[in-house]
Amino acid sequence: MSEATFKVWRGDAQGGAFQSYTTETSPGMVVLDAIHQIQADQANDLAVRWNCKAGKCGSCSAEVNGKPRLLCMTRLSDLDLTTPVTVEPMRAFPRIKDLVTDVSWNFEVKKRIKEFTPRPPDAPDGTWRMQQSDVERVQEFRKCIECYLCQDVCHVIREHHEEKEFIGPRFFVHTAALEMHPLDVADRVPDLKREFGIGYCNITKCCTAVCPEGITITDNAIIPLKERVVDAFYDPLGRLVKIFSRRA
Amino acid sequence: MPDYETLTHDVLVIGAGGAGLRAAIAAAAEGVSVALVCKSLLGKAHTVMAEGGVAAALANVDDRDNWRVHFSDTMRGGQYLNNWRMAELHAKEAPDRVRELEAWGALFDRTPDGRILQRNFGGHKYPRLAHVGDRTGLEMIRTLQDHGIHQGIDVHMEYTVLTLLKDGDRVAGALAYDRERGRFKLFHSRAVVLATGGIGRAFKITSNSWEYTGDGQALAYDAGAALQDMEFVQFHPTGMVWPPSVRGILVTEGVRGEGGVLKNAEGRRFMFDDVPENYRAQTATDPDEGWRYTQGDKSARRPPELLTRDHVARAIVREVREGRGSPHGGVFLDIAWIKDRIPHAAEHIKKKLPSMYHQFKTLADIDITKEPMEVGPTTHYVMGGIRVDGDTQMTNVAGLFAAGECAAGLHGANRLGGNSLSDLLVFGKRAGEYAARFARANSDTRVDVAQATRAERRALEPFERKAGEGPYQIQQALQNVMQENVGIVRREAEMLRALAEIDALSARAANVTVTGNREYNPGWHTALDLGNLLTISRAITITAIERKESRGGHFRDDYPNKDPEFGKVNLVIQAGPDGSMVLSRVPIPPMPPELAAVIKEMG
Repeated sequence: MSEATFKVWRGDAQGGAFQSYTTETSPGMVVLDAIHQIQADQANDLAVRWNCKAGKCGSCSAEVNGKPRLLCMTRLSDLDLTTPVTVEPMRAFPRIKDLVTDVSWNFEVKKRIKEFTPRPPDAPDGTWRMQQSDVERVQEFRKCIECYLCQDVCHVIREHHEEKEFIGPRFFVHTAALEMHPLDVADRVPDLKREFGIGYCNITKCCTAVCPEGITITDNAIIPLKERVVDAFYDPLGRLVKIFSRRA
Repeated sequence: MPDYETLTHDVLVIGAGGAGLRAAIAAAAEGVSVALVCKSLLGKAHTVMAEGGVAAALANVDDRDNWRVHFSDTMRGGQYLNNWRMAELHAKEAPDRVRELEAWGALFDRTPDGRILQRNFGGHKYPRLAHVGDRTGLEMIRTLQDHGIHQGIDVHMEYTVLTLLKDGDRVAGALAYDRERGRFKLFHSRAVVLATGGIGRAFKITSNSWEYTGDGQALAYDAGAALQDMEFVQFHPTGMVWPPSVRGILVTEGVRGEGGVLKNAEGRRFMFDDVPENYRAQTATDPDEGWRYTQGDKSARRPPELLTRDHVARAIVREVREGRGSPHGGVFLDIAWIKDRIPHAAEHIKKKLPSMYHQFKTLADIDITKEPMEVGPTTHYVMGGIRVDGDTQMTNVAGLFAAGECAAGLHGANRLGGNSLSDLLVFGKRAGEYAARFARANSDTRVDVAQATRAERRALEPFERKAGEGPYQIQQALQNVMQENVGIVRREAEMLRALAEIDALSARAANVTVTGNREYNPGWHTALDLGNLLTISRAITITAIERKESRGGHFRDDYPNKDPEFGKVNLVIQAGPDGSMVLSRVPIPPMPPELAAVIKEMG
């Protein structure tokens, strides 16, 4: 049996430190398995969030060797086990205990985004018609498992803590899913500019790089939303057209 | 006497998977105040794991489908132990519940004419499952969540309910603790909806997460409600088997719906070897016919891989036991073979089964477009649960409702794939509505703080004990006992041994100790969940001993055949006056003539 050592951050909002645990490894093991083994055998009160253990629920977000990852999808075979593996909570969010952080801000942000507002049904039976090619663009965004790793890695949140004026990549993806939904008729573009701080994003694409679902966050969600903001607020030709059409 | 922080609402919903969210939305729509408490963060519940689709007779792909076919498929799959009223309501109302999700923003895959696409699934006569690739559950829970947060529901995340509070014969609320600080909070209400899901953590190999410890079933039982059909546990035929750390993770039935086939070590499609009598007329007789069925040929019958889950799981166990299994004790599930039949097969598989592709690639180094998967049965679902009225979802305790997996009735002895997502929509809505109406029609309840204090004292005992063992070892021991003795193939002697073990484990659990403090302490949470796990494990075991026949998810090696006498009864469990579990056989009421006629018509 081989073994590996994990340096796990233990502590709470007041502070803490890394503690080393050595545990047995087995084929195919992921970091979450190691954390569970440590929890069962050495540290019963080691706090970690998890649910599905299959990369579908987005609960077990943390930082492994400094990189934002899902613990359940990070295989030990992809890590260098000759030195200890560090496991610590997401740095962008307030700490609760050990690997668990306070992500409640995200849930508050979502409530501020105008909810889905469909056009009237297309058919007398109250249903709509949509082509597969039209729903696919939005289906990419709806793959999001709300792990908040993109929020964690985004420097606007992680370093500058602009949580009051900036909603973060996850919620640009959410807004894009609504704005590009074939049935939706609500307008969220003014909110993107004034309330959601889309201008803060300077397209470093860190969010796209950490997305475990492979959503092309920057190119497919944020940039098109930025373009909509530009079209609505900064396009001089468009502004003229608006003024004249108002007169007419 | 401690002064609890108390929140008062008309309706308290416990659990925020699909059923709980749908119930809370329905109750809020009735104009009452609603609290929703859940063990995890919102949107993380097990519904998110559902892959294949939601069953509803929309008839978008095959216009021969209608509620009567869906009703008769559900009854046949459940071996006629189902609550026929629930099966009827479910089949009739599921299409509206699915269309409603679209009005709330869900984006299902489309047919060429722009309607909701439907796929084939085990036990469903026609393509019936509305889906989004293989991540339908995520689409559903996110749609319900994103709609729900705008309905004025008071959501409490990471709260676990310890006990239901009673006011005489009525339910009056619940005592819960929050994970973050370990503080107790009292939820006072006129009605309570339980929507806590399943019991998978009672077994070692399971597709369920830590949350599924039978909380709702045990809370209801402790509050005097009856449980029903607990012997019927669904072992999903296709869980991952290798590597060890992923054992039990679900592989969607959608793989077989898209043309995937099961093979043993000899390369033989063993599912053709044993087709049960009552499905023979509906099942393909050769591989070519089966393939044509999966590709939408209406003249073809479904391949035997799409027989019901109980049957497929047992066939896999048989192959493994008789030495024809795969290297790691499963069988092979092959979707890569469709490259012989269609062009661009690899792209097609990635498009139709994206999360399966990702899951095997990342966790097992298997490219499912090129090589077969190794699969074997995994504990997935419990058909049994809290006994409810078919129309209102109310239990025998006034004001206490249950919906979704924690409730019993719809699925009988075996659940068809796709029927759980439609179950939680149809009966989540009904439970929420009737709970709201009950709350409006009845006077306020009085909370007896002494009940809460007793529960709090019990919950804190593990911190006070000096000697004793940790909770994880007891939980793992219980999982081994249930897996080995009350699993897919059951025998009387083994189950009696399991009962004795459960007694011994209960004694150990009464002496469990935890380390650390009350703040986000998983050891403590595991210790508190043990009681529920032991209650439902005992219920499963004694009903499984009592049912001396094989039917649906319950297979007895010592009674391998169906017994018509057992086909007439549900096994019901309730707490006796002395606290012991009392088991009774309750006759299933006769089906009304119009439903009986539907069954007869559908053959």
